[in-house]
Amino acid sequence: MAMAIKLSLILLLCLSSLLAPSFSLFEDQVGLMDWHQRYIGKVKHAVFHTQKAGRKRVLVSTEENVIASLDLRRGEIFWRHVLGPNDVVDKIDIALGKYVITLSSEGSILRAWNLPDGQMVWESFLSGSKYSKALLTVPSNLKVDLDSPIFVYSGGCLHAISSIDGEYLWKKDFAIESSVDVHQLILSGGSDVVHAVGVTDSSQFDTYEIDVKNGGLLKHTSASFPGGVYGEILPVSGDRFVVLDASRSVVLLITVNNGATHLQQTHVSDLIHGSSENTVILPSKLSGIFSLRTDSCIVFVKVTDEGKLNVMEKVDKTVVVSDALALSEGEQAFALVQQGDSKIELSVRLVHDMSSNHLKETVKMDHERGFVHKIFINNYVRTDRSHGFRALIVMEDHSLLLLQQGEIVWTRDDGLASVIDVTTSELPVEKIGVSVAKVEHSLFEWLKGHMLKLKGTLMLATPDEVAAIQQIRLQSSQKNKMTRDHNGFRKLLILLTRAGKLYALHTGNGRVVWSTLLQSLRTTSQQQCAGLKLRQWQVPHHHALDNNPSVLVVGRCGLSLTSPSALSIVDAYTGKELQNLGPAEHSTVQVITLPFRDSTEQQLHLLIDADKRAHLYPTTPEAASIFQRESENVYWYSVESEAGILRGYGVKKTHSSEYSFEARNLWSIVFPAESEKIIATVTRKPNEVVHTQAKVIADEDVMYKYISKNMVFVATVSPKASGPIGSATPDESVLVVYLIDTVTGRILHRMTHLGSQGPVHAVLSENWVVYHYFNLRAHRYEMSVIEIYDQSRAENKDVLKLIVGKHNLTTPVSSYSRPEVTTKSQSYFFTHSVKAISVSSTAKGITSKHLLIGTIGDQVLALDKRFVDPRRSLNPTQAEKEEGLLPLTDALPIIPQSYVTHAFKVEGLRGIETIPAKLESTSLVFAYGVDLFYTRIAPSKTYDSLTEDFNYALLLLTIVALVIAIFVTWVLSERKDLQDKWR
Amino acid sequence: MKPWILLLLLSLSISSNLAFQSDELLITDDEEFGLEGGRPSSPSPQIPSRSTRKRSSDSESDSRVQFALEHAFGDSSEFSVAGTFTARLKTSPHGGQTLTKLRFSRNDLTSTEKEKFKKLLENDDYYKIRLPSDVLNAPGRDYVISSVKARCLPSNGLDEHILIHMEGVNVLAVNYGAPGACQYPRQLKLPTKWSFNSHTVLKHSELAPRTPIFSEDIGGGEIGDDEGVKPMVERSFWAKYWMYLVPLGLIVMNAVTQGLNMPEEQASGQTGQTQQAVGAAPRGQGAAVRRR
Repeated sequence: MAMAIKLSLILLLCLSSLLAPSFSLFEDQVGLMDWHQRYIGKVKHAVFHTQKAGRKRVLVSTEENVIASLDLRRGEIFWRHVLGPNDVVDKIDIALGKYVITLSSEGSILRAWNLPDGQMVWESFLSGSKYSKALLTVPSNLKVDLDSPIFVYSGGCLHAISSIDGEYLWKKDFAIESSVDVHQLILSGGSDVVHAVGVTDSSQFDTYEIDVKNGGLLKHTSASFPGGVYGEILPVSGDRFVVLDASRSVVLLITVNNGATHLQQTHVSDLIHGSSENTVILPSKLSGIFSLRTDSCIVFVKVTDEGKLNVMEKVDKTVVVSDALALSEGEQAFALVQQGDSKIELSVRLVHDMSSNHLKETVKMDHERGFVHKIFINNYVRTDRSHGFRALIVMEDHSLLLLQQGEIVWTRDDGLASVIDVTTSELPVEKIGVSVAKVEHSLFEWLKGHMLKLKGTLMLATPDEVAAIQQIRLQSSQKNKMTRDHNGFRKLLILLTRAGKLYALHTGNGRVVWSTLLQSLRTTSQQQCAGLKLRQWQVPHHHALDNNPSVLVVGRCGLSLTSPSALSIVDAYTGKELQNLGPAEHSTVQVITLPFRDSTEQQLHLLIDADKRAHLYPTTPEAASIFQRESENVYWYSVESEAGILRGYGVKKTHSSEYSFEARNLWSIVFPAESEKIIATVTRKPNEVVHTQAKVIADEDVMYKYISKNMVFVATVSPKASGPIGSATPDESVLVVYLIDTVTGRILHRMTHLGSQGPVHAVLSENWVVYHYFNLRAHRYEMSVIEIYDQSRAENKDVLKLIVGKHNLTTPVSSYSRPEVTTKSQSYFFTHSVKAISVSSTAKGITSKHLLIGTIGDQVLALDKRFVDPRRSLNPTQAEKEEGLLPLTDALPIIPQSYVTHAFKVEGLRGIETIPAKLESTSLVFAYGVDLFYTRIAPSKTYDSLTEDFNYALLLLTIVALVIAIFVTWVLSERKDLQDKWR
Repeated sequence: MKPWILLLLLSLSISSNLAFQSDELLITDDEEFGLEGGRPSSPSPQIPSRSTRKRSSDSESDSRVQFALEHAFGDSSEFSVAGTFTARLKTSPHGGQTLTKLRFSRNDLTSTEKEKFKKLLENDDYYKIRLPSDVLNAPGRDYVISSVKARCLPSNGLDEHILIHMEGVNVLAVNYGAPGACQYPRQLKLPTKWSFNSHTVLKHSELAPRTPIFSEDIGGGEIGDDEGVKPMVERSFWAKYWMYLVPLGLIVMNAVTQGLNMPEEQASGQTGQTQQAVGAAPRGQGAAVRRR
């Protein structure tokens, strides 16, 4: 019976797949060829929640705008929420012991989340009158029954909000009376007064005392200092504050006493003997102590009761200081982390007793994690009733570690939440010569596995065996091997992250094979470096098989476009930095991979700098000679989005030096500034393979695809409509799309969509482009397709001509010939808004294509390209139906089974990368955002291979049974013949 | 006048479901008109002069616009005037301005220019042209540049094809090149006649096809039902019930033949009758059997 149901199910599935091909998979197939990793990003703030019995957790907010609750024991995510890209988390805290309070979007949104499960409890929108720093003060009162308000300073106003339901209690607008900029909100425990401390016009110091109950102003004191201030005011004790003056050379100690404000100036040079450049006051709030950081060191300064400043200690400037942690007896502790060589020293000190370390631990640290950037500490009671401390540290590579008792309890590689660029590398070829024992063992295992599977198929397996089958499927050692496989499924995904770290992930299970913090991209105090692009540098193929493949990382040191670039070449198997070419003397705006290789299979690259000069890499004479030979046919283009100009360039014949070349402007397209603004440019993937130029259509006719690698898709909108949807009326928003040849600047096709606007997401492949935009008239998103066909080859239909050889298919195509192209286009409604769009790519380009659409729900949807065919008509003829043309519909269908991410979400989806496998039917898909997701898709089903769980044992058994049957029947028939003859 | 209205009506009826605004159609019409006018333009300076005379008799709202085509030989040389475009500026009632009836007159190449061009041909270098991006207040924001390998141009004389993409009075881009193909291994070939044979085309943006909307299908079920019923009615009785009618006909025919054969069989005796019973329904077969 069960078999019958299964059979009918399969039949149904086949039927449904006939109608609409999808890759629906069975529940037990999840995790067989896909993996999903969840990250949170670089931690900005952390709040521990360990007071109560039960699960110990830490709440973090990150630079990827994630708020998450992590298990303090293992580092796993209990829950997390990814806020939008514009909803930056400012502050995070815990209220009433059960709510997580977050302040985001420059202090305009206050939310409360339930601590155990992360459900949102309430949300309040705070309106302000001007931009200001966002401050959040949550009373540390732990009495649940007492509704103590939350104080938020944002937009120039102080808001008091009920922590139970998020209701407004009162609002005090500081901007009405004076333009004070509040730096600190202080809520002294037990009293009914909230202190606001701020600066007016950076020359007057103001303190306000505000009634907690109704927001009435109780007291206002002010004192002016003509020197002005730099940075933030830091409270030292209840009535004392410190701040730096505008010249950053004087520390001002402010004492507020009975309504009078007293100022006291101390020169930094008196505190620190020696150089005192770039002085800042560190924001660590320690009672009675503040810390100053200069270029040379960090000093801790104690403020005595008489108002004297005493230097307590001087430490190295690389030391990272944590916030103060209140211990039970009313004393405070804080942590210092000192960076050593491949180890870090963590020391915890008590504020009242600075002279000695309360706790000192040395922790071994992988130097690939870089420096410590942040530290958060938390205490616990040890078994001997003394204080123990655990520290959460954020490293330079954005990873998060928990230290306790001198050991790393857990680590999270959260740098992977900010992937910038992706490339792949093949794994090494398997060495020949495997021991017999290993083969025998694996053979035995193989047979055992198949016997188990056979049992499973025949429904004879016990539940234990079923579990074993599942285990085998999930952990098939085949897919995680570090060698190249026949099908090309095993690869290394090389990821460049924002922290300047390079990771290599195995496609089998997503484990990190190696990771390297690139020395050329490390941010130092002088310069801020960031990675830009990741390219394949050397792909050993024929000549240089002994070499490992390597990748080129291009970065930029500095914030402006003209900053010098940093280059490094990294071995793809080991992660070693082979060559560190940075910082180069030129900047990099564009990286062009040339289709030329030198004798060691190094790919030639052109780096275009801000002055439009081209720099050739590798800088070898051989590369230069190759480039010289081909420089006539090297073209590139630049998009000046702000100016609305597209320019095309070639290489000047006269060159200044051997490896740098002057560009000459060959063409330009000037979009009228009053009516068009560039919002999207898309090119074809450089490594895309097109199998056939011709497309046979229904009536036996042939259409030739216009296939040019030099095609760029440009979308412009009217400037009014460049804002968010709804900011312009349909009449004033116009979307214009272009297909432009980048060699000659020829506009191949230009089309206007009236009443439409961006954001535009597009993908260009073969001879078609699919783009997604918003139609204001229809109030819906649309996807349009343009297919471009070459008319000049249309005469090649004659078979006789082809036989005689009078066709022009083999003549070289020149961009300077006037192309005779025709285009076909069609628009369809699409329900979702889109975050990214990509297309499947296979080794030979024979397999039909699927569009991979990253939806607003952070999932990846596979949509057959046939749905966005411009030739779809209302009533397709029989011939067209046979061709596979679908009847025209106004909307594109979203089939739930065709989500390649099935049950997962790739939070904060930014990009979808497709990599061809060696097997023609299969394409590897890697989607990245805050999360990472990898899977394999087969757009036309796996027509060229048996599935991995194909039952070979059953096949063998069947064959054996058949052979036996043949034999038996033969014997029987022989016997019958004999009997017949004897009759 | 009459065929023009007919054309308009026809185009309106074709695109009525697209609901274009009528003035937009007029513009496209005009553009095509201008396009046709532009194509046969030749270097002869008489044509523009004739057209100006004609234009003076036209409506006063239109005005003439002139802008220069400039060219440069290779990287080293500066841009110099190579010819002038004249066009009619048409102001639509909605305030939009478009160019129509583009004419181009090219200056003859001077001897130094000829020399420079020869040099370009020898070096397989670029011949560049540029136009102002705004024809009313040239050069606008920037020049629109296009270039071509000089060896693509010579055939008999020098053939050039200038395609100007316009947006209102702004020149978006100019595509310059030979009117036909340019074979890749470019051979050095000097023109026999040192004069340009120009083809100019003005091009405006085309409108994207509207998304098909089947709102009726979604909106009301009744209309959908109506459409579903209609084809059923259209199907003839025969088409609907042929599968019943054909066997019926066969049975009837069989019965008739049997009825006809009855007297014969009675005469032929018993064997014939049994054979008839064995033989299947088709009449032909039955007849064959009988003949045997």
